[in-house]
Amino acid sequence: MTKTQKIRWIAKPLVFVTGLLPAIWIAALTVLQPSALGANPVEALLDHFGIWAMWFMLIALAVTPVRKLLGWPSLARFRRMIGLFAFFYVLMHFLTWLVLDQGLALGPILEDIAKRPFITIGIVAFVLLLAMAATSFTRLRQRMGRAWQTLHNSVYLVGVLGVWHYWWQVRADFAEPLLYAVILTALLGYRVADQLRKPARRVARA
Amino acid sequence: MLIRKPTDIRPSEITSEENYLNRRAFMKAGLIAGSGLVAPSAMSAVVPETQGADLTDVSKSPFSTDEEPNSYEDITTYNNFYEFGTGKADPYRNAEDFRTRPWTITVDGEAEKTGTFDFDDFIKPFDLEERIYRLRCVEAWSMVVPWVGISLADVIKYLQPTSKARYVAFETLNDPAQMPGVRRRILDWPYREGLTIEEATNELPILAVGLYGKVIPNQNGAPIRLVVPWKYGFKSIKSIVRIRFTERQPQTSWNLSAPHEYGFYANVNPDVSHPRWSQARERRIGAGLFADKLPTQMFNGYGEQVAHLYKDLDLRRNY
Repeated sequence: MTKTQKIRWIAKPLVFVTGLLPAIWIAALTVLQPSALGANPVEALLDHFGIWAMWFMLIALAVTPVRKLLGWPSLARFRRMIGLFAFFYVLMHFLTWLVLDQGLALGPILEDIAKRPFITIGIVAFVLLLAMAATSFTRLRQRMGRAWQTLHNSVYLVGVLGVWHYWWQVRADFAEPLLYAVILTALLGYRVADQLRKPARRVARA
Repeated sequence: MLIRKPTDIRPSEITSEENYLNRRAFMKAGLIAGSGLVAPSAMSAVVPETQGADLTDVSKSPFSTDEEPNSYEDITTYNNFYEFGTGKADPYRNAEDFRTRPWTITVDGEAEKTGTFDFDDFIKPFDLEERIYRLRCVEAWSMVVPWVGISLADVIKYLQPTSKARYVAFETLNDPAQMPGVRRRILDWPYREGLTIEEATNELPILAVGLYGKVIPNQNGAPIRLVVPWKYGFKSIKSIVRIRFTERQPQTSWNLSAPHEYGFYANVNPDVSHPRWSQARERRIGAGLFADKLPTQMFNGYGEQVAHLYKDLDLRRNY
């Protein structure tokens, strides 16, 4: 088996199944032992999907820095799948809110989007992720040319909006959103430092 | 003396929900059998130390709602009590060994009867009453809770506030050794709350010492906590150690933390939304995964008893 085959037939399916585990876990609990979700199951589902969306977002943003720092070029081949898992958990978070929390009541949904700033930025992040997921196919990527990269660069903005969305709905204890903010800052900071290094290298060569 | 932890209480010792809900039929039967010989109150409140122990001589209240109370489990595992952690299940996990005896309540400020009272002496002059009240949290969820408590108005009258007393301030215990939450400055501890003297002497507020006919569990604010049913839950301060009568409006914890989000009054009001939660609807805990939200009622449905307190107040500004 070549390395490419190993990635395609072993590593990728493993990552795929691992990515599904949090969803399978909460689905099984909801069906088999709903009391485990506590007194407010809608809130428990919202939190579960939101937290996992956050982690997959951060893992997706960690792929490039880890790949460069450890010198593992093949890591890049997992980036799309991890990014799509981030989208999947954001979608589940969004649907839980829309269907179970809001009960599809259009008036209150629109009011919340317009009046609750943390929801407004959450929706913006969701729409950007939706556009990225919809254009994640290889063929579309080739056809879109430079526009594709521009659209997919908004992943950095989505990361910031995601952490901000969480930060803004916390009442007083900022320990957890702070953890995500620190990780995100490190991941984005790495890219800034990387960009700043490049021109310097060019000058050195000249 | 053997102090049992809640986990030592056998399930058979706890009144089943079904029996509990049948208690009215049972009481009615008793009333008929006694053919009206049931004497009016004049009992003195006695509250055992053990969590979950039965409370006796508890009278019913006309202020109780007919709505079905939430399960004991919902009420005791889903709590905002930041002294024991900010997660909803943290108080249930972390308050188990909380010591509620000896417990003292210090009364000071503008009143005749001031001083430090032992908890058991403090509640003795009053009658235990069951009050089944709706509880509406500012986070847009609600429950129905069968409290047992003493009338706050009776307590206030007993303490004889002076003419200068315009407000009543309350404080929660601040004990880092027992309360993991206060080791971090999430809020400016101790937790503080307050009412106007008119609100405090209204017929609805109680100082609760029990739940479901039993001694109140630690995570619900043992040994004594305020219940003000027409205000958002954060006004109903838990584990009270100090009551102070003041001339000026006291500082309150959430108002100090985020003044544009939490006002002094904090009356339940579907027309004044919070920056993070629409207050027009509420999720009733225990209603299930697919239940619709309920419309939130002005003053949480207690307008008949309290609306007159605010007739000269702009509730949009004084939220």
